[in-house]
Amino acid sequence: MKRYDLIIVGAGPSGLSAAIEAAKRGLEVVVFDENEKPGGQLFKQIHKFFGSKEHKAKIRGFKIGEDLLKEADAAGVKVVLNATVCGMYQDKEITVRINDEMHHYKGDTIIIATGASENMVTFPGWTLPGVIGAGAAQTMMNLHGVKPGSKILMLGSGNVGLVVSFQLIQCGCEVVALVDAAPRVGGYGVHAAKVARTGVPFYLSHTIVKAEGEDHVTGVTIAEVDSSFKFIPGTEKHFDVDTICLAVGLSPMSQLLKMAGCKMEDNPKRGGQVPICDEYGRTSIPGVFVAGDVSGIEEASSAMIEGRMAGIAAAEYLGYIEKEELDSKLEELDAALDGLRQGMFAPKNRGQMIEKTDEGIDISTNLLKKGYVADDEIERFPGVTRAKGIHPVIECTQNIPCNPCQDSCPKKCIKIGANITALPAIDPEATCVGCGMCVASCSGQAIFLVDETYEEGYASITMPYEFLPLPEVGDKGIALGRSGQKVCEAEVVNVRTSPAFDKTHLLTMKVPVEFVMKARFFKKEV
Amino acid sequence: MEARIEEHPILGKQEKGKKVTFTFDGQELHGYEGEPIAAALKAEGVMIHRYTQKEHKPRGIFCAIGRCTDCVMIVNGKPNVRTCVTPLEDGMKVQTQYGVSEKHFDEQS
Repeated sequence: MKRYDLIIVGAGPSGLSAAIEAAKRGLEVVVFDENEKPGGQLFKQIHKFFGSKEHKAKIRGFKIGEDLLKEADAAGVKVVLNATVCGMYQDKEITVRINDEMHHYKGDTIIIATGASENMVTFPGWTLPGVIGAGAAQTMMNLHGVKPGSKILMLGSGNVGLVVSFQLIQCGCEVVALVDAAPRVGGYGVHAAKVARTGVPFYLSHTIVKAEGEDHVTGVTIAEVDSSFKFIPGTEKHFDVDTICLAVGLSPMSQLLKMAGCKMEDNPKRGGQVPICDEYGRTSIPGVFVAGDVSGIEEASSAMIEGRMAGIAAAEYLGYIEKEELDSKLEELDAALDGLRQGMFAPKNRGQMIEKTDEGIDISTNLLKKGYVADDEIERFPGVTRAKGIHPVIECTQNIPCNPCQDSCPKKCIKIGANITALPAIDPEATCVGCGMCVASCSGQAIFLVDETYEEGYASITMPYEFLPLPEVGDKGIALGRSGQKVCEAEVVNVRTSPAFDKTHLLTMKVPVEFVMKARFFKKEV
Repeated sequence: MEARIEEHPILGKQEKGKKVTFTFDGQELHGYEGEPIAAALKAEGVMIHRYTQKEHKPRGIFCAIGRCTDCVMIVNGKPNVRTCVTPLEDGMKVQTQYGVSEKHFDEQS
């Protein structure tokens, strides 16, 4: 039986991060992963991440994955793929299935970084081909280049449902509706808004009555639910779809920990059955650590920090580093993690109804119910101002841990300050030059450049645009409002593309000046 | 093959392996070497991978990461192969799975 200093289960963002830190400190580390490729779910994430510079904000998930793999290679981390860890036993022994054989290993320390699996909901017809998980949609379109369907209904308005809906539109699918039984949108408002403005209707307090079709999905019926989630008769709505996508949460894959006898708890705030552990991932079994979603559902950025913490803690446990090094490193990582765990979506605020921003501004209720900020709500937020000449309009209305816009402006027009979750505000003293770096750097696609004096009677609006075909200068079409409804005629007057924008094109349209605070998306006439 | 994403706004044009031929219930289909069998079937418009043993209900892709086993089929004569995580090879014989057999329920004794 082969022995390692450290065995890590799972080569996703947290497992690889743990492996890197441990290997750098001299431990002999092996990472087992059941998949054909390392990286967990990172390579399916094609959107720009939130956070600050130290969290790799505004970098797309798959790029973060590539960098992590390079770092793991450089640190000499050994990753064994197509290797399913089936059991964890006393004295940190594990069994691993590789090809059709069982292998037996022992670790002086073990880090479980198995991540999470998707939750499901059942309804008549849910087993029909065409009902898929949101993860399946991401896998097919972003890894294998195959559209999951052509007309799709998304169930779930958390960040996964919102992000995957946007990605479905990006790859050429039509999302006919975004549905959630909850009365409020669960994910970030900016993710909802970028979907809503393309014309996807949101149905909150609605869920699926049935999937229709004989041997595959041909349609779906949804209906409104009351406060106890019972259907309200007469509210049924039908959609012709070929695909129903489920994004109804994640559960920690903590079975190995339970099997090994770790103390567990059922904690809805952490996503289900999770090990009892301290903030650095130490479980009730000395030498067994956890990192990432298996110890509580969050996201990849925090998983990577948790992984680094667990890797260093394992190194200290085995005596590879002194307690002083552990403490100073953990202090640094703690600060980074703390930054991500702030704001209205922080784990500590889960399930709470927040009515005002930290600045004391009323949260947009329309954003929570319909997925977009209403025209009569938008101007109360500090990023939305009127000015002469070109200037940014920042439709960022919830306190979330993200600040790349502040650093992106060479003229220092945008101020967030030291508190990463503060709403961005415009500095009236600074002068915008219209470079568009803020538009491209905003992970939430919530920044627009507006010029009310573009031409006599016309204003220009510059928006982030990540779809194909890319409109061309001179294209005529319609401007859609935040709701995705037509507001006026529009003409494309500029399209900018630059490596610095990282695939986010800057599309400028001109609209009659009275629509300058309403028009937020361009749709070409066909 | 309109289900294939020719060009993606973020990922660009995807690098694929060699184009290969395989059979699905005897019918010749095409896909790319190394991609999951399920991806090739999806691109060719195949939705139903198997019928369940007891109630004869159709199943197709569900999780696409090898976890749920909804997409299992008979591949080169072997039943219960998870097509979403099994790479496609030239000349593969892929069959709809009825229960655990390639034979339609009517033909199973």
